[in-house]
Amino acid sequence: MTTTPAHIEYVTRLGDNALILGQRMSEWCGHAPVLEEDMALANMSLDLIGQARMLLTHAGKLEGKGRDEDQLAFLRTEMHYRNLTLCELPNVDFGRTMVRNFLFASLQVLLWERLLASSDTELAAIAAKSLKEARYHAQHAGDWVVRLGDGTAESHERAQAALDYLWPYTAEFFAANPTDEAIAAAGIGPAWSELEAAWEAVVVPVLNEATLTVPARTPFKSYGKFGRHSEHLGHLLSEMQYLQRTYPGAQW
Amino acid sequence: MYTQALDIPQQNAEKAPRAVENPAYQAEFDAKIDAGGYIEAKDWMPEAYRKTLVRQISQHAHSEIVGMLPEGNWITRAPTLKRKAILLAKVQDEGGHGLYLYAAAETLGVSRDELLDALHTGKAKYSSIFNYPTLTWADIGVIGWLVDGAAIMNQIPLCKCSYGPYARAMVRICKEESFHQRQGYDLLLTMMKGTQEQREMVQDAVNRWWWPSIMMFGPHDKDSVHSGQSARWGIKRISNDDLRQKFVDATVKQAEVLGVTMPDPELKWNEERGHYDFGAIDWDEFWNVVNGHGQGNVDRLAARVKAWEDGAWVREAALEHERKRAAREHQAA
Repeated sequence: MTTTPAHIEYVTRLGDNALILGQRMSEWCGHAPVLEEDMALANMSLDLIGQARMLLTHAGKLEGKGRDEDQLAFLRTEMHYRNLTLCELPNVDFGRTMVRNFLFASLQVLLWERLLASSDTELAAIAAKSLKEARYHAQHAGDWVVRLGDGTAESHERAQAALDYLWPYTAEFFAANPTDEAIAAAGIGPAWSELEAAWEAVVVPVLNEATLTVPARTPFKSYGKFGRHSEHLGHLLSEMQYLQRTYPGAQW
Repeated sequence: MYTQALDIPQQNAEKAPRAVENPAYQAEFDAKIDAGGYIEAKDWMPEAYRKTLVRQISQHAHSEIVGMLPEGNWITRAPTLKRKAILLAKVQDEGGHGLYLYAAAETLGVSRDELLDALHTGKAKYSSIFNYPTLTWADIGVIGWLVDGAAIMNQIPLCKCSYGPYARAMVRICKEESFHQRQGYDLLLTMMKGTQEQREMVQDAVNRWWWPSIMMFGPHDKDSVHSGQSARWGIKRISNDDLRQKFVDATVKQAEVLGVTMPDPELKWNEERGHYDFGAIDWDEFWNVVNGHGQGNVDRLAARVKAWEDGAWVREAALEHERKRAAREHQAA
């Protein structure tokens, strides 16, 4: 199949989602509420970094300019990153971290299931590995959303606040531009509109079980996957990219 | 790792061994130890033996989780995705070591919460090596090479220690630590093949970590207060000075291959002894760090306490949810 700019863009988006959320989750290491969660968060971060490596390597090959996973991860600036805005938002507390993981991993499960049949066979192979991980992440975070939502008054309030804050960013999951239309037409990935109802059908019952109120949709729109980010991404990148930027060309 | 403080005099150190509590049980216990057998959780054991193990195992567990902090300091800044993945996996392993060790300590009748409380209130110690800061990426390699290397030397004898649950935990821990050491060394080899700036970073890290690493073996045998009793109980099999010498001998050769020098002008091969001689250890520095007279100690403990306090609402929520769920099940039944 001939490589199109939309194809490169699409795979880059998937890689950036995994990398940026993996980076955020790694900030928890050593600071979680219980030792088991230190390990779970490190483990899930590791899964996402692993996915990012495969996806960015694949994107680099599709691009054909000799850029490897590290050049893509460490030498691009904000406007060239294509992750969902939700992934770059600060952790804030364990509640927001778990609600975010739940919303995102639930999307990933549906997406990877569809990508098993992608016309891009490399992407289909990555999907097969990533699907198992995403299922675990969704289960882990979903369990916590229920515990926190239906726990103490304080945990309920924090979980609801997290959901209220994050929910508007989920509209971006299903937003489409000509890239997405080209991807669907080429059989590389599903149209986002096809996933929206399925995602809500998975997410809403868990939020109900957690006794949380699903917020109404608002006119707010975020555009991270189209390259326009929040203020938070620049800080995340300046920390993540520090060594590669300070010592250009060094091998590590 | 991280058993150095076992040998440190404590103000309230119990006078081991205690009076024989039950002569028949004591005889059976002694016979098992003498035959090189394992004591299991359900077996009778002298109270002083139990207390020594609780102190040593919990100290070791605390060291693993405090040890996540200096290395965690570089996870978000790792220079490549591969190195980030390796470091994350390593720090995750350390959390796992903490878990098995707390579980081993729990077989002796203490709870993890009690042990953590002792850490957070400063009553329990952890290995002072983790009070040193990680200043550059090379520190991550040097910790793997020297600190984990010293830890392995200390820990391999513990795989045969007389308390079964501890010995079995150590077998698994030692395997993972050896892997960490090789990864640390590989990181340094790559940096040494790199630019002048990278080589300087490695040498600077070696200069800062060498002496603290050899202090990890604890005081000289003649000054070690707990060693005699621990040796009789089969908890400690090889002396501090013997382990330290073994570490120095192995490490100097690795430093030559790497192309770094140790910050010790007196370090040289002694043909007669068949070992490397090394300079005098600055014990004032050692005791200062061990006794927590340092801001590193303040910062590490504060980070642990903050994580614990910030997470209180999460732990309470999990318990409350479980109570609600059980009550609903009860009502439905």
